Amino acid sequence: MSFRRSTPRLLTARETPSLSGGSEVDALSDAPRSDDPDRPRRKWSRRRRGSRLPWVPLFIIVFVLILPAILAPWLTPHDPLRGELGDRLIPPVWMSGGDSEFLLGTDKQGRDVLTRILYGARISLIVSAVAIVIGTVVGSTLGLLAGFYGGIIDRVVSWLVDTFLSLPVVLLALVIVSAIGPSFITIISIISVTIWAVFARQIRGETLSVRESDYVARARVAGASDLRIIVRHVLPNVANTLVVLATLQVGVVILEESSLSFIGAGIPRPQPSWGVMVADGRELILSAWWLTLFPGLAILLVVLSLNLVGDWLRDFMDPQTRQGR
Amino acid sequence: MARYALLSLLRGMLTLVAVSIAVFSLSRLTGDPRDVLAPENLGAEDEAALTAKWGLDKSLMEQYLSFVGNALQGDFGPSFKYPEETAVSVIAERLPKTLELGLVGVALTLGVGIPLGILAAARRGSWYDRAARGLALFGQSVPEFWLAIMMVWIFAVQLAWLPTSGHTGWQSILMPGIVMALFGVAAMLRLFRSSLLETLGTEYVKLARLKGLSRSRVVWKHALKPGAIGPLTFFGSVAVRLLTGATVVEIVFAWPGVGLLAYEAANARDFPVVQALALMTSAAIVLMNLAVDLTYAWLDPRVRLGQKAAV
Repeated sequence: MSFRRSTPRLLTARETPSLSGGSEVDALSDAPRSDDPDRPRRKWSRRRRGSRLPWVPLFIIVFVLILPAILAPWLTPHDPLRGELGDRLIPPVWMSGGDSEFLLGTDKQGRDVLTRILYGARISLIVSAVAIVIGTVVGSTLGLLAGFYGGIIDRVVSWLVDTFLSLPVVLLALVIVSAIGPSFITIISIISVTIWAVFARQIRGETLSVRESDYVARARVAGASDLRIIVRHVLPNVANTLVVLATLQVGVVILEESSLSFIGAGIPRPQPSWGVMVADGRELILSAWWLTLFPGLAILLVVLSLNLVGDWLRDFMDPQTRQGR
Repeated sequence: MARYALLSLLRGMLTLVAVSIAVFSLSRLTGDPRDVLAPENLGAEDEAALTAKWGLDKSLMEQYLSFVGNALQGDFGPSFKYPEETAVSVIAERLPKTLELGLVGVALTLGVGIPLGILAAARRGSWYDRAARGLALFGQSVPEFWLAIMMVWIFAVQLAWLPTSGHTGWQSILMPGIVMALFGVAAMLRLFRSSLLETLGTEYVKLARLKGLSRSRVVWKHALKPGAIGPLTFFGSVAVRLLTGATVVEIVFAWPGVGLLAYEAANARDFPVVQALALMTSAAIVLMNLAVDLTYAWLDPRVRLGQKAAV
C-alpha cells in the first residue's frame, strides 16, 4: 500500500503550512519516500535490504544509559554527592598521577567522575521517560482527536500546537528559575510542556490520511463507534510513527535537559546531571579537562545512538525500505 | 490570500497573549511579587512605590492589563541590576551583538547546509554522501554547550589559533558562529537531500534526462526549484532557533548578546529584563512564523487561491 506512505507527507506539509511545512520525522529523515527503481544504486540498496539491527548504538544505549540508570549504586563503590577532599582533581587512571580507584578521575570536591556519570544516566533516563510518556499520551490523544474529527477541535489543537512550539523554552525556563528556583519538577514540566506538541502535530498529520482510508470507511459502514475506529483502526496505523518519534525525541529531551541544566535552569546541584557536570568542569578546563570531556561524551554517544536507532526503526517499519524495493 | 494572512496574524497574536499570560502569572502566582521580583535589600519607601507601580492592590485582571499595556509601550520597568537603565534599554544595547552572531549562523546554515545537501543527493550512496550524512547526524546529536567548550579547549587553548571568548575581532565570531550553525547545517542538509532525492524520482525529471540534458543541469535546473520549497519553509524554524537559541553559545563564548544577558539577568534575579526578553523573543518567533506561513501560502496556489488543500 503506497497510499499510507506517500500521502502523509503531502498532508502535513500542505494542510498545515503554519507548522512551517515538513513534519518532525520528515525533517530528520534521510530516506526518500519514493524510490526510483531505474537508478543504479548497488551498495546502497544492499545495505538497506540487509537492514541489520544497529548493534553498536543499541549496545551504547543499554550500557551507557539504561543499565547505569538502574544499577548505579551496585556498579560503583563511591558516593555521587560526597567525596574526600584529599582525592581532589585526580586525573584519569591512564595518566600520570591517576588512581585505579577513580577510572575517569575526580572533580574539585574529590567525587569520582565515573560514578557521577553513572548516576547522571539515572537523571537523564527519568527525565526523558516522564517527559516522553506525558508527551506521547497527551500529544497523541490530541493529535488523534484533531486529525479524526477535524473542524473546531482541529483548529484549537493546531493553534495550541503552534503556540507551544513557538514558546521560547530557554527563556521561559530562566523566567521560572529566577522566580521559583530550579527543581526536578520544574525541568520535567518545562520539557513536557513543549514535547507534547511535537507528538500532536505528527499524529494529527498521519491521522488525517488514515481517516480517508477504505478500512476506516468500511468500519464506519459496519457501524463501529468513533472510539472503536480510533482505537482499533487509526491508532495501530499511526503506532509506527509514534514509536519512531518517541525514540528520536528521547534524544531531543536528553539534549534539552542537559542544556537547561548547563545554564542552571535544570537539575539543581549537587545532583549529577550530565549538563551540570559539564558546567562545573568548564572553569577547570585548563587543568582538569576530564571533568568536561567525559560527561559530554556520554551525552553525545547516547543521543547519537538514539538517533541511529530511530532512523533504523523508521526504515524497518516502512515496508517499502524494508523489502528493499 | 488576504483572509489567510489575517487568520495567520490572529493566531500569532493569540500566541503572544498566551505567552504574556504565562510570563505574567509566573511573576504573580508564585507568591508576593515583591518577594520574588524586588531586590532583597528594599526599604519600606521603595516597597510602597513598587506596590503602587505594579498596582498590587488591584485585581489580577487589572494588573495583567496594565502589564500588557506597559509592555506594548516597551515599558517593562527599570532593570534591577542596572537601576539607572530600563529593561528595554539594557536589551537594546545587547541586541546588535546577537543579531551579528545570528546572521553569521544563518549565512553558514544556508551557505554550507544547502550545497552539501544538494551534492549528497546528486551523489547518493557515494563516500561523499555518507560523510555528509555523518556530519548531519553529528550536528543533531552533539550538545552545543559541550562542543563549544571543547572547541575553546582545542583551538583557543591548545593550538592558540583563536581567541577564547568575548567580542574582539572577526576571529572571535568564528567559533560561536560555527557552533551555532551546526544544528542548522545538519537540518538543512538532511532536508535538502531527502527532498531532492524525491524530486529526482519524478517523471518530469526523468523526462529531462531522456531529452538528453546533462545530469548536473537536471539537478540544478529542474529538480532544485520544486525540491527547495519544503526545506526552505522549515528554514523559518531553524532561523528562529538561531536568533533566539543563542543563550548556551553566548554563555560559553562570553559573547555579549541578549542570550548571555538573559542568563546574567536570571542569575541576578533581574526579573523585568528576563520577562521582557521572553516576550520579545516570542514576538520574534511569531513574526518569523508568520513570514514563513505567508511565503508558503504564496508558493502554494491552493492556499493562495483560498481552496482547501486536496486530500
